[in-house]
Order: sequence, then C-alpha cells, then structure tokens
Amino acid sequence: MMLPGFPDAQPLHGLAGGVLIGLAAALMLLGAGRIAGVSGILARGTGIAPGDMEMSSAWGFLVGLPLGALLIALTTRWEPADFAAWPVLVVAGALVGFGTRMGSGCTSGHGVCGVSRLSQRSIVATLSFIAAGIVTVFIQSMIGG
Amino acid sequence: MSLVRKLLPPLVSGTLFGAGLTLSGMTNPARVRGFLDVFGAWDPTLAFVMGSAVLVMAVAWRIRSRMGTPIFAERFSLPDRKDLDGRLITGSILFGVGWGLAGLCPGPAVASLALSPLSVLPFVVAMLAGMGIQRFIAAKPLRRQAVPE
Repeated sequence: MMLPGFPDAQPLHGLAGGVLIGLAAALMLLGAGRIAGVSGILARGTGIAPGDMEMSSAWGFLVGLPLGALLIALTTRWEPADFAAWPVLVVAGALVGFGTRMGSGCTSGHGVCGVSRLSQRSIVATLSFIAAGIVTVFIQSMIGG
Repeated sequence: MSLVRKLLPPLVSGTLFGAGLTLSGMTNPARVRGFLDVFGAWDPTLAFVMGSAVLVMAVAWRIRSRMGTPIFAERFSLPDRKDLDGRLITGSILFGVGWGLAGLCPGPAVASLALSPLSVLPFVVAMLAGMGIQRFIAAKPLRRQAVPE
C-alpha cells in the first residue's frame, strides 16, 4: 500500500512489524514480568550492568533478536541495507551505548514499553531522543549539502 | 524445566521482536533516518511501527493490572521511578544523536548481526564500550555517596 505524498513509506509493513514488536513486549511483560528494553537486556546479558534478570533470560532474548530477523529475511523479499562508514558507526555506537544507559532506556524500553504505560519519564525520554535525532539528521543534511 | 521457564519466554519474545523490526524495515538505517528527516524527504513508516506497538502494549498493561503474578515468573520486576532528572534527558539526547548519525538503535543493531554482521559489528562493539564507560563513570559518585560522614 502507498501512502499519498510519501512514496517511500511502507505503512502496512510498519503496522504489521509494530504489532509483532508489541506482542513481543507483551509476552515479556505478561510472561516474564519484565520490560522488553533492549539496551537494558544487552547490558545485563554482557555483564556490563548488574540486575536481577537471569543471565539465561537475557541471552534468550538476545539470541532471539537476530533469529527473528533471519526468519523474516529468509521468508520475505529482503534486501541488504546500507550502513554508515565504520568511523561514523563507532562514534554513533558509543553515543547510543553511553546515552541509553545514562537515560535508562532506548526506543524499545522508553519508546514502546514506557510510552504505552504513559510513564512521564519515558515520554520525556522519547521526545528527547527523537528531537535529538531530527536535529542530527538535519545538521548532517546541511553539511552534506 | 526451570531453565526452560527462564529461557523460552524471552527467546520467543526476542524472536518476535527481531522479526517485527525486520518486517517493518527498522533494520534498514536509511528508513530510520528517513523518519528523522522531517525537514527533507520524510518517511513516516516508523510512526506506524511505534503506533501499533504502543497500542498492543497499552492493552498488555491493562491485562497486567489485573494479574497478580506473571505467567512464567514469580513476580513482576518493573521500573517504578517517576522523577525527571538531568541524566534521563542528557542520556536520551546523546542516544538520539547516535541514533540519527547511524540510523541504528540497540534492537535493530543486535538483530542486524544475523543480516549484515560485518557492517553492523563496529556499531555493536562501540555500543558495548559506551555502555561500559557509562557504568564506570556512573559508579564513581555512587561510591562517594556510600561513604559515611
């Protein structure tokens, strides 16, 4: 389906993928009693942050992420994506790692789990990182011409 | 049996999560940056992703409010902080700058290890380093507070 005015948008894929993400987070909440926050689970699984989440649970989730990605890549028409050059990836990765731990969450924990719970902290965090992302892309487009 | 209880729900959740990220195009940095490019060729797809994910989760929170304990665990372990502080906002802004630069956040980055492992590896390694540095810095003032006067 096309969205008028936005030739690149894929609203149906977006809605379907979002439902899967919502179900994943719902299973984590109602099944395991936890927030499906990827940055927190990653920090826990790698031993970077302490926590009461079992290592085996954290690794179950972390192994599942690429597994699910692989399942979709194998069963749908999937094209490899372009990534930034490695110096940009290193700077961006360091900012994402530092920032998500300092701000206690990322797009999944704050953006999906927290906003849906109407958590004031998560709404403020989500607005902050979306605004910062918009400014960053805008400045890059100015510099890049 | 106990290991299955600890491992299986997060494994199924992670798999659904990774599938959702890939199906929606969120493992493609160009699509994520397209969403952030509101002054250029804006791509609203991510708004649909977050919108439907949030709607499903809003229902889950309603169900949770009527549950005493989770299905596969003894108790709920949920964040309970309500205060806004500088760390929350500063950290989120730093994250947002990195997110905009590379078009990657932690979920799609880990999911991409199966799709484009070599391309995404520098990001994942740097992300773990950033997390470690933050932990190291954050641990200092905590230690100072713990010393009795």
